[in-house]
Amino acid sequence: MEIPYTISTRPDTGLWNAKIGIWLFLASEVMLFGGLFSAYIFLRIDAAPGTWPHGLLNVPVGTMNTAILIMSSVTVVLAWAALKMRRYRAYWWYMLVTILCGVIFLTVKLAYEWPQKFEHFGAYIKPEALWKYEKYLGNQRRAEKGLEPRIEITGHLHSENAKEYEVALDPVNAEPDSPAMDRPHFFPLPVTDKIATIEKEDVERATMFLPTHSAYFASYFTITGLHGLHVLGGVLVFTYMWLPVSKKLYQRNPEHLANRVEVSGLFWHFVDLIWIFVFPLFYLL
Amino acid sequence: MSLKAFHIVFIIFSTLLALGTGAWCVWVDLVEGAPIYLAGAIASFAAAIVLIVYGVWFYRKMKRLRIIT
Repeated sequence: MEIPYTISTRPDTGLWNAKIGIWLFLASEVMLFGGLFSAYIFLRIDAAPGTWPHGLLNVPVGTMNTAILIMSSVTVVLAWAALKMRRYRAYWWYMLVTILCGVIFLTVKLAYEWPQKFEHFGAYIKPEALWKYEKYLGNQRRAEKGLEPRIEITGHLHSENAKEYEVALDPVNAEPDSPAMDRPHFFPLPVTDKIATIEKEDVERATMFLPTHSAYFASYFTITGLHGLHVLGGVLVFTYMWLPVSKKLYQRNPEHLANRVEVSGLFWHFVDLIWIFVFPLFYLL
Repeated sequence: MSLKAFHIVFIIFSTLLALGTGAWCVWVDLVEGAPIYLAGAIASFAAAIVLIVYGVWFYRKMKRLRIIT
């Protein structure tokens, strides 16, 4: 039995069925991501002064990934236009570039950005022990300048025993009194060779930069992880439509393949639009 | 909404993002005095111009080809 209205429009809706379907699906996606973005904004508004991490993500890498996604949206729409003009060869190349863009995006995210965070360590110091770590926190000077106090020491975990952490410090804790460290650094600075010893009894909580580190990283990993799953889904669908099996459909009914590419292109645009909001929210602001 | 219309909406948002990123770079440069951010601002504003030019080109091409009215 043939599925109706895959090419021709339904008389009652004026649209073919897959287009109705994808927009209903995207409406549910708006609610899903809308809820997550709202949660992030309220968590941030409600955070105590000085506790919300800022400038921990690599802005140049994030910008590059944003450009890659924008380019993939351009190529997917060109792939669809090529099919409409019955130029299968051009469609094949545009689709290949789209798939590669998606793969590069995921590779950068999963093989570079996320692992960098997994290797980073942070220890929140108990309020009563902050004075012991003044040389790493510089809170006296910050109080004089009217800046929010630092309560966390960050860097790479050098070693750990039952009583202490040894941390190769980030520049912000290696030179806490430097005016250059008063602001976040969006071009990441390498960790220093200065080692700090932190007693475990002085630590409120210590963790790598994982979702357990803070509400910021919990939101970051949830939203970028969910977004990454959507990118993966899009790449898989595009790969299916790029493989030789799609050529058979093209030879049988080119308009049917063009409609399939249009609905998957709509999904891809939505996924890219989500990133347009993720990038400034997490990386810049 | 067709893919063409959604693509134009997407390009508008991308242009706004490029302009916003450029403004953000200018702001960071003013605060920190780091020339690298000024380079970032120039690149972002250039990207915004490219996106606008592309958006206009895309709209005209789609209209000319009558892929979608």
